Amino acid sequence: MESLTNRKVVVSDKPMTFMEKLYLPGILKGMLVTFRHILMRRKTIKYPEETREFAPIYRGMHVLKRDEQGRENCTACGLCAVACPAEAITMTSEERTNADKHLYREEKYASMYEINMLRCIFCGLCEEACPKEAIFLTDRLVPTQFERGEFIYGKDKLVEPVDHRIDITKRQFTGKRTTL
Amino acid sequence: METFFWIDKLVLVVLLFLISLGIAAYQTYFERKLAGWIQDRVGPDRAGPFGILQPIADGVKMFMKEDFTPANADKWLFILGPGIAMFTSLITSAIIPWGTDLQLFGRSISLQVAEINIGILFAFGIISIGVYGIMIGGWASNNKYSLFGAIRASSQMISYELAMGISAITIIMISGSLDLRAIVESQHGMNWNIFYQPVAFLVFFICALAETNRAPFDLPECENELIGGYHTEYSSMKLGLFLFAEYVAMFVSSAIMAILFFGGYNFPGMDYFTDSPNLLSILSVAVFFTKIFILIFVFMWIRWTIPRFRFDQLMHLGWKVLIPIALVNMLVTGFVVALYENWF
Repeated sequence: MESLTNRKVVVSDKPMTFMEKLYLPGILKGMLVTFRHILMRRKTIKYPEETREFAPIYRGMHVLKRDEQGRENCTACGLCAVACPAEAITMTSEERTNADKHLYREEKYASMYEINMLRCIFCGLCEEACPKEAIFLTDRLVPTQFERGEFIYGKDKLVEPVDHRIDITKRQFTGKRTTL
Repeated sequence: METFFWIDKLVLVVLLFLISLGIAAYQTYFERKLAGWIQDRVGPDRAGPFGILQPIADGVKMFMKEDFTPANADKWLFILGPGIAMFTSLITSAIIPWGTDLQLFGRSISLQVAEINIGILFAFGIISIGVYGIMIGGWASNNKYSLFGAIRASSQMISYELAMGISAITIIMISGSLDLRAIVESQHGMNWNIFYQPVAFLVFFICALAETNRAPFDLPECENELIGGYHTEYSSMKLGLFLFAEYVAMFVSSAIMAILFFGGYNFPGMDYFTDSPNLLSILSVAVFFTKIFILIFVFMWIRWTIPRFRFDQLMHLGWKVLIPIALVNMLVTGFVVALYENWF
């Protein structure tokens, strides 16, 4: 059969020659190989101090976007929850009152929005499903925790702060609505 | 004079004790660093700058662990095992001449704790006692794996002690003395024994690897088949002593190899410093330690290059390869020495 790589080696059990039986040349050859590795540049990324560069479309921790005026984009339509193959998303919707007009973009909003990060498989289907460009995956990582409960992210962790916007302009599913 | 003699020796003993332990501790650090480098990793780098405090962290960890003695173990022998292993590793450093004499406080201070004229025999005697620690520890654990490790250690020790001794005999024949200092002095001026006895060095080095239970001869403690071998049941600082003893033994056997084959504290251009004996003394100690460190590096380099032997291969190498080579080498050396001294 035609081999797919050039790394194929035919195994043979021919008797060893005298030089091979001495072992020492082989051992010296091996030691040279390891010595070369001592001098090589190490490719380690020392994580807490330096982080690996992520691709712009890396699918990490979610963010719930606000619009230019700082109003939440999410209308609690539930399409993300329906699209989610891991059933990680849940939400409760509520009607916006006149007093909250500066907080929510449309008449309906999510009073509770939760993503279980232990269920989430970071497939990005919620991002794809969202008609309001409200939910996006970012290149941030979900930090480790000791308790399971701490992995259920509510709106406090998901909605971006008004004064600290999260840049998602490099992502795939952005339209005209999301300029921030 | 007599009291000064004892003070000198006491200071030297304490210094040697601390230096041996310190070097052994930093050998563990360097071993892990080197392992990392060879495997394209960084190695320990969290404790202090470049991980320089790692041995201290390891030591603290060892002390904090639960000191567990198995219910069916022989308690006294269980404690005695690591003690003997550590003791025998440390005691050998007493006979090693670390450098030329220091001139301090108007008297000459020898940098050798015990100047015994049969130094090399003493070293061999102590090294062979070293396996008792492993054997007693493995036996007292009352565990099949430990016993296997102990048996392997003792059979390996017996097999390789022979070839080691025979290859050392050639050195004794060349320098005509059993005294380590005399052996060092006979190699003055680049007359290193390695140039006359490369085969003996090779045999001696392989045997030294086996005697210190270093890879590729670490069968007594192979973690895959014997789960640690003789120290399976050990924990806390008792385990620490066993592991430490291995590194001290590595340090001391590197020192002995440096003495027997690499001229000890001799270095080229030594005669220029005869006017300032103190400078010469310090330089000679530095040179000696450099040689030791290079040998230790080779020990570690080999460990992270070669896989472990199978036990029958180990026995085959010891009895059927190394001993015949050492014997032939000894006979040839004896013949040449006899010719040289005009015995015929």
